[in-house]
Amino acid sequence: MSWFKRLKEGISTATKNKRETPDGIWYRCKQCKHTTTTKEVQKNFYKCVNCDYHIRIGSEEYFDIIFDDQTYEILFAELRSKDTLQFVDLKPYPDRLNEAYNSTKLNDAMNVGVGNVHGYPLVVACMEFKFIGGSMGSVVGEKISKAIDFAIENEAGLLIISKSGGARMMEAAFSLMQMAKTSAKLTLLAKARLPYFSLCTDPTTGGVTASYAMLGDINMSEPGALIGFAGPRVIKETIKRDLPVGFQTAEFLFEKGFLDFIVNRKDLRHKLGTLLELYLKNRVRQ
Amino acid sequence: MSTTMFLDFEKPLEALYEQLEKLKQVGKDGEVDVTDTIHELEEKIKAKRAEIYSNLSGWQKVQLSRHPDRPYTLFYIEQMCTNFVELHGDRNIADDKAIVGGLGEIDGKTYMIIGHQKGNNTKMRQYRNFGMANPEGYRKALRLMKMAERFGFPVITLIDTPGAYPGLEAEERGQAEAIARNLFEMAQLKVPIVCYIIGEGASGGAIGIGLGDRVYMLEYTWYSVISPESCSSILWHSWDFREQAADALKLTADDMFSNKLIDGIVREPVGGAHGNPELMAKILKDHILKALSEIQFSSNEEMIAARIAKYAAMGEYSIQDNIEHKDKKANANTETHYNEAIAQGQEVELYEDGDLSEDD
Repeated sequence: MSWFKRLKEGISTATKNKRETPDGIWYRCKQCKHTTTTKEVQKNFYKCVNCDYHIRIGSEEYFDIIFDDQTYEILFAELRSKDTLQFVDLKPYPDRLNEAYNSTKLNDAMNVGVGNVHGYPLVVACMEFKFIGGSMGSVVGEKISKAIDFAIENEAGLLIISKSGGARMMEAAFSLMQMAKTSAKLTLLAKARLPYFSLCTDPTTGGVTASYAMLGDINMSEPGALIGFAGPRVIKETIKRDLPVGFQTAEFLFEKGFLDFIVNRKDLRHKLGTLLELYLKNRVRQ
Repeated sequence: MSTTMFLDFEKPLEALYEQLEKLKQVGKDGEVDVTDTIHELEEKIKAKRAEIYSNLSGWQKVQLSRHPDRPYTLFYIEQMCTNFVELHGDRNIADDKAIVGGLGEIDGKTYMIIGHQKGNNTKMRQYRNFGMANPEGYRKALRLMKMAERFGFPVITLIDTPGAYPGLEAEERGQAEAIARNLFEMAQLKVPIVCYIIGEGASGGAIGIGLGDRVYMLEYTWYSVISPESCSSILWHSWDFREQAADALKLTADDMFSNKLIDGIVREPVGGAHGNPELMAKILKDHILKALSEIQFSSNEEMIAARIAKYAAMGEYSIQDNIEHKDKKANANTETHYNEAIAQGQEVELYEDGDLSEDD
């Protein structure tokens, strides 16, 4: 019936088979569009091999990068968010939580691990951006609070890796109070003369920035991370003009004096080890 | 009363007031004796007002908290203090007009009083930046609090802000750092701190001078992590759901008290603080003195420990049983969610952006 006839099959390789290249899976950089294997990216500390773009990663990846022998223990995994306010917007908060549990296999936007770095004990509280935008609710605050207690008890340093869109609106004022709670608890760590390192990663905004993320004895950031109080869109609407290039990036904050340094992910572990040695080796107890 | 602004839910009152005005005019013209009728009408207004105010929604209370006739910090200071010297400047950048502060004398004792300040007319509203402070405001507040600590004067803060200013310079000068620093320092301040939400308590801008031994809200105010409008825009993707957002956020004094996030509610005169500002100031003054007298500790260390414990207890969560505590040994390529994600696709968008969190 058709007036043309295919003489031989044009594409004969099944899509399934096509994928089976030696490393199988490709990663295409969000920033420079360079394509490479995921294995290469993984070996490169989850950064683009071409442009060094720091890919957003989760807590377990950070723990593997940071701790000696990639050995650590997860703490406080039993804490779960609770819908005290019975918050409903387009859907009920418990539905959002269940979706987040199912899609991320995480238990909230914060994961705490403890291990050694260069032989020195370090508690790492790492935010999970995949879990409702890394938003800070009661569980995030409580895990930080418990991580601080744990660090004091075990005379360990504390690292908080921030990665958050801000407060979790579905927990409203409970979420707001986590700013006060975490900041107040950090004063206890300071009194115990234990160092607190704050690592801001992309993005660190809102109530997280306006509490623990800016309170480190050392404030550091990954290159290129967005760090700010108000989001760029809100600021743009307020001032009614375009924002300068590079506004609210890690490099911008560094120049304005809010960060001690910017750390490439490949140097993170070594940097933390050096700092812990400087702080803890000759720690003067009270 | 003709200059009073009526909110939409006060419309029934407006009609009654109009009648009253007319009636008074008739009385003035002297034709008829209207004294009884006026009295009747006034009673009716009183009853109607009590009826309206006994059943206000969250959004209506938000509207009241923003009433342009509502008293602001400097009015309360003027009413409460026999002596007051306003102090200016953060000693670094500027003097922020949205946060005011200074030493004041109340019933013979010296206090450091700090609060947000809004303007009473268009020009002053702009001058005060609508009560939205820049980092300098928070740093001025901190300077004054540290001075109060040195001299042993208790700190009183009055909070009324639609938020910390989300401007370009504010970010450049570290809005987030300024608020965070205040929280850190206020937690350890060696003098008593009492805080009052006297109008709007919007998020970080409010809590930036709002960490204390006692925190109270006036009856027709709100306090939350975000304004109902912004919440509507982010969660409902539209500006039209502010009433629902106001309800969902549980931002009223009653809600905040029943959730144990504040220490008490200061009742306002019927019709709100703006109906009788002088009376409101008197109620507030008595409340402040009582609250401060209740903060009794044998040492500053105990007071600070109790303050921190109060905030440490804030948060609602549950405990999941039967959690395996994972001990992770050397094994770089275990199945993390990273690997799970990439196992499914080629051009991997590994970690998508979330959009459900507040960013102002």
